[in-house]
Amino acid sequence: MKYLDEFRDEELAQGILAQIRRVLSRPWVLMEICGGQTHAIKRYGIDQLLPPEIELVHGPGCPVCVTPLEQIDKALAIASRPDVTFTSYGDMLRVPGSGRNLFSVRATGGDVRVVYSPLDAVRIAQTQPGRQVVFFAIGFETTAPANAMAVARAKELGLDNFTVLVSHVRVPPAMRAILESPHNRVQGFLAAGHVCAVMGYWEYPAIAKQYDVPIVVTGFEPVDILRGILHAVRLLESGRADVENAYSRTVTPEGNRPAQALIEKVFMQTDRNWRGIGRIPMSGWSLRPAYADFDAELRFDVAAIAPQESPLCIAGQILQGHRKPLDCPAFGSECRPESPLGATMVSSEGACSAYYQYAGSAAAAGE
Amino acid sequence: MSTNNEATDFQGLVCPAPLLPQDHIEMAHGSGGRLMQGLIRQRFLPAFENSALSAGNDGALVAVTQCGRLVVSTDAHVVSPLFFPGGDIGRLAVCGTVNDVAMMGARPLFLTASFIIEEGLPIETLQMVLASMSAASLEAGVQIVAGDTKVVQKGCADGLFISTTGIGALLVNPDEIGGANARPGDAVLLSGSIGDHGIAVLAARGDLGFEAGVASDVAPLNSLVERTLETSEQVHVMRDPTRGGLATTLNEIAAQSNVGIVIREEAIPVRPAVQAACEMLGFDPLYIANEGKAVVIVAAEDAPAILETMRAHPLGGGAVLIGEVVAEPPGRVLMQTRIGTHRVVDSLSGELLPRIC
Repeated sequence: MKYLDEFRDEELAQGILAQIRRVLSRPWVLMEICGGQTHAIKRYGIDQLLPPEIELVHGPGCPVCVTPLEQIDKALAIASRPDVTFTSYGDMLRVPGSGRNLFSVRATGGDVRVVYSPLDAVRIAQTQPGRQVVFFAIGFETTAPANAMAVARAKELGLDNFTVLVSHVRVPPAMRAILESPHNRVQGFLAAGHVCAVMGYWEYPAIAKQYDVPIVVTGFEPVDILRGILHAVRLLESGRADVENAYSRTVTPEGNRPAQALIEKVFMQTDRNWRGIGRIPMSGWSLRPAYADFDAELRFDVAAIAPQESPLCIAGQILQGHRKPLDCPAFGSECRPESPLGATMVSSEGACSAYYQYAGSAAAAGE
Repeated sequence: MSTNNEATDFQGLVCPAPLLPQDHIEMAHGSGGRLMQGLIRQRFLPAFENSALSAGNDGALVAVTQCGRLVVSTDAHVVSPLFFPGGDIGRLAVCGTVNDVAMMGARPLFLTASFIIEEGLPIETLQMVLASMSAASLEAGVQIVAGDTKVVQKGCADGLFISTTGIGALLVNPDEIGGANARPGDAVLLSGSIGDHGIAVLAARGDLGFEAGVASDVAPLNSLVERTLETSEQVHVMRDPTRGGLATTLNEIAAQSNVGIVIREEAIPVRPAVQAACEMLGFDPLYIANEGKAVVIVAAEDAPAILETMRAHPLGGGAVLIGEVVAEPPGRVLMQTRIGTHRVVDSLSGELLPRIC
């Protein structure tokens, strides 16, 4: 398939690996930000190909994983209401809240529907004026433009039965939080290509400079990821804390300006809790006051919900790159995709799910 | 047909008798009374015409002459929408059960079919499904010899559910073919591209916002199976990778046979449109349902002959060798990726969910 097969080519991959081996002189720890990259790394066994000096740690870029428990419990409370049609991206349905998930709400009579786009949720609201339609607006900078567009569209249409439960997060504050942690091991970043396709990478030079860490905008296919690693190793070996773009077929420095303008119009920056990590200042988006009528947290009385996480789950340390899924005593035993303790075992971008799916539960659990 | 110039003809019904429902299924169609009898006589019997069914008894009397052992399999079929590119629920209901019987190494002979119909289903829709079942059973060379219909209130079913049971005559020694018979050194063959059915149905639901341009592969595989069995006496396993896809089927075989299976990513045929839809939704074609594909595990020396046989068959044109059975690690499926590494291919866990971004 064009634009895919050439980035999954063994010969090209081997060529880049040879270059990595040539420039490498000492061990380095790199973090791939995005869960999509983590899955590609495990799915294609890229970590098996790399020289042992390069360690990849897995970043927080899994939107499902970092959505805080209280937002999920709010979603469950709203979705359980008889007057509500609750719509969500499919990935969120299996994520455990306190004791249940959206699937179990649906099984016990809740009207929970998977949509492929937030605009589908707006359409449902138009066709069902008698019902309250709520969309679970989660994700990073990648989903924010479409979610902003849905809210703007609902306002244009004057819909009074459409709201969004917002749990948007931003990558740059998370990178800063990781670098400021006393346990930080990350020496270089593979930045999330799709986030940069929307936002560009103009925010990154300041981070690279302040924390003395190279950042390479990286794609998602095996050849893209290896290329990102090559750029990062070159920068590290030559002592340069620069920002480079190894995904230029998709990403420009300034990003998608109209998408950024749409986000700016509907959302404003806010402090946000990250599941397993904690509160990061100005790390998320919430609706601007002009769009308060579309805020599900205001429409439904869910503000008081403040639950506790499972003490067994180490997802927070995994999302910060301090530990890996196999370090977790619950991995593959108490915690499996069918009965997850944390969201990292659920999402198609979660690190624990990648280890479970592609490395094999039993083998990975040390059998 | 009357024209405007003709006088109105009152020779038909003239008294204000209750209107007989004609267009849609009503609860009365399932009541056991005259309306149901009419539906069966006018719609079901002509579609499935055979003496065992038309005898009108509580059960079908059939003669099985050729062998001592029978294979029985049953399957309930629910699909939304009822019609999709490449097939419909009727074709699916016939082929699904025919294929399950055939994969046991048997020749499917007879089917029974139970229909659960939602009140309000257009009779024309039912008629189209019955015609499709009739065509599929002709194609498979099986007879639908017994059936049942029930009507449930609107909202209690999604249009139409069909459950079919199949009976077939075993063609092979039952110890030879089965999920537990894969042996190290065997070749793993696949009759064609994967993921067509699942993506065709998903796209036909219309909520993806794009048309995939993919038709379901739903087809009766019994003649392909028989040609395969005639070609080699060393077929060890046959399976049709339906729900859960190729990955789940291979994992079942690896577990049952206590062997490892290594497949090559590059060898597995996936249509570009299926690949594109999967890339967009975050699905892996290995987990997408098929309804007209067979996995055949056979002694390696017979693999070339079987591939030749399958490729000469209209339903096996894309047959390929995708991998081999190995001793280690037992119970696991490994895939050699395009970039030369190996990874575990696990069974499908839960429901396939589209990713977020």
